[in-house]
Amino acid sequence: MIKKEMVALILAGGQGSRLKGLTKNLAKPAVPFGGKYRIIDFPLSNCSNSGIDTVGILTQYQPLALNAHIGIGKPWDLDRTRGGVKILPPYMSEEGGRWFKGTSNAIFENIHFVDTYDPDYVLILSGDHIYKMDYMKMLKYHKEKKSEVTLGVIEVPWEDTYRFGILNTTDDLKIYEFDEKPKNAKNNLASMGIYIFNWKKLKEYLIKDQENPDTNYDFGKDILPKMLNDGNDMYAYEFDGYWRDVGTLESLWEGNMEMLSKDAPLNIHDRTWKIYSRNANLPPQIITNNANVKSSMINEGCYIDGEVNKSVIFPNVKVGKNAKIIQSVIMPNVVVEDNAVIYKSIIGTNSIIKDGSVVGDKELKEITLISNEDNGLFE
Amino acid sequence: MKNCLGIINLSEEEMQIQELTKVRPIAGLPFAGRYRVIDFMLSNMVNGGIHNIGIFTQNKFRSLIDHIGSGKAWDLDRKISGVKVFNPAFNYNKIVQTHGDIEHFYQSLDYIKYASEDYVFLSRSYMICNMDLKKIFKDHLESNNDISIVYKNVKNEEKFYGLDTLNIGMNKLLISIGKNTGKKEKIDLSMEMYIMRKDILVKIIEESVESGHSNYLKQALFQELVNYKVGTCRYEGYLACINSNKNFYDANMDMLDMDIYRQLFNNERPVFTKVKDEPSTIYRENSDVKNSLVANGCDIEGEVKNSIIFRDVHIDEGTKVTNSIIMQRTKIEKNCSLNNVILDKYVVITKENILAGDKKIPYIVGKNLTI
Repeated sequence: MIKKEMVALILAGGQGSRLKGLTKNLAKPAVPFGGKYRIIDFPLSNCSNSGIDTVGILTQYQPLALNAHIGIGKPWDLDRTRGGVKILPPYMSEEGGRWFKGTSNAIFENIHFVDTYDPDYVLILSGDHIYKMDYMKMLKYHKEKKSEVTLGVIEVPWEDTYRFGILNTTDDLKIYEFDEKPKNAKNNLASMGIYIFNWKKLKEYLIKDQENPDTNYDFGKDILPKMLNDGNDMYAYEFDGYWRDVGTLESLWEGNMEMLSKDAPLNIHDRTWKIYSRNANLPPQIITNNANVKSSMINEGCYIDGEVNKSVIFPNVKVGKNAKIIQSVIMPNVVVEDNAVIYKSIIGTNSIIKDGSVVGDKELKEITLISNEDNGLFE
Repeated sequence: MKNCLGIINLSEEEMQIQELTKVRPIAGLPFAGRYRVIDFMLSNMVNGGIHNIGIFTQNKFRSLIDHIGSGKAWDLDRKISGVKVFNPAFNYNKIVQTHGDIEHFYQSLDYIKYASEDYVFLSRSYMICNMDLKKIFKDHLESNNDISIVYKNVKNEEKFYGLDTLNIGMNKLLISIGKNTGKKEKIDLSMEMYIMRKDILVKIIEESVESGHSNYLKQALFQELVNYKVGTCRYEGYLACINSNKNFYDANMDMLDMDIYRQLFNNERPVFTKVKDEPSTIYRENSDVKNSLVANGCDIEGEVKNSIIFRDVHIDEGTKVTNSIIMQRTKIEKNCSLNNVILDKYVVITKENILAGDKKIPYIVGKNLTI
């Protein structure tokens, strides 16, 4: 197999239980986002646009929708003869079968996959953030700093530091301390869950960590603190673009709403950094004479006969006559029948909102989730 | 229909649709917001189970080759068969006047001869329809005819003038082929689609080259019809012929009729096209869109009525677009007014412009122009 300078590994096995019913049948990275995408499209497109052509996706929880979505990686131009995208599920071996016990264990179990490409570096990503980033710039920084590990960080408001893993750094961004969800933070650089490791070093620590009886098999809790304690050179790489965790219903809803403003922080129309996804191949949307659409995003295959205001409508949604959708996220294939009204809600894939029904909080305060058994796959 | 080869012949009459076909063949004309004309015939074939398709181009094939690519969008990037594009291996403009297109087929006869399929479905691209080819193929096999021609019985209108008509006799057998002069109230319009055994087509091409009696494949077929038992297959459903500016405009506007839209775009036989990875279309606070077909990737701040908007179109505030066709990646700046207009791709209309055409003669702005 041909050598690759850097291999990317996307941790996509998480359940995302804070997304409640949305992740009943699918892993968090497969949750629909932004009118046509799934969350994992963002790191995958970033890889493709950065020129990384070898990507392993570690799956575990409810992988069907995710597997179907990724396929052979064609939408991201990752269907390659050498490299390309590979799905890496837990597996049986001579010693028996076992689930991935944590993030670092998942990589440990796939050391042989990485070794196939004999890379100098590995890029570890999580499949649950929305952002556009050139990983090659980060690698350049990693090399310049002669770093063993480089962590992507973003400046967060000081009042939010208690929600994040904070990195305390010297002036030249060398990390000297990890501060997990600090009450009194010394710094406001939060870890984005994006790591570049020198592969040889990481491999050594992964193997060592397996033998530690007290390990949590976690990058944040075990591998990174251990490496820091041992005096390895670790640097923070500052990212100044848009980055959002969409792991809760509130943040998922907000992330969608943020795309509607005129100066949206995430420029989805940028042709030089497209976000790719599996395309539904549906005819253009129909906006009828009765329709009234304002401040909203609508995708192909939709038929809009009612009112849509400040909402994100995914492909193949039908909105009936006199129906009203206000400040909501409507996922693929939803049917909103005539006269139905939806306030500030997230409506899961394939749901049907019956004629005349009223969903959500009229005061537009609480977010309502409508999900069903069948909200996993869509074509 | 696995046993059937598909051939799309793109030597099509462009006299009445010159502005839009300067840069592309009729087959490559953008249609219905996100498609190109050829997508419909290609999708018909794929949905009918044809997996081996040859597209015989004439000149101006660059944009078409770009569109077809590996055939992935139609599931035609196959190890076994798939789609192949045959470009004429000579100066087409010069040759076509003297030799017609039969030469082109003769040059690629090996492809037709050595294909593993026993039958061939021959078609043009300019007839837009969503056709169940499995049924047509079954009708042909059951008829035991040598050749079947597909037709539609239509109320005669100006848009069908000049096209081929069939005179059909007993047992749906063909008596003759004529031209529609507009005299009759109802006609059996030939859709220029023919099904036959492959060896018959090979023989017809060889004989016509040998005898020199025909320059065009269509002529050759007509010439040879007397030697074969020729039947007809009837098609019911929506049909548009993209052979003039007016027909192109009207057919696009037909898409705003929900009955027609649903006939053409149904789940059973979807229409495939090249995907562009455009984000969702965004409708801004002051936008006002009514009765329109809008593709992905647009940013709409103005007013749009009774129009077809292709992918990645920007319509700025204060601008009114009515009864118009706005093609891919055009930008219409502030406070413009457009009525009965066709904007080709990459056009920019700078602010405060007023453009108007007539429903019968839409005003056309050619590709890449800035007004």
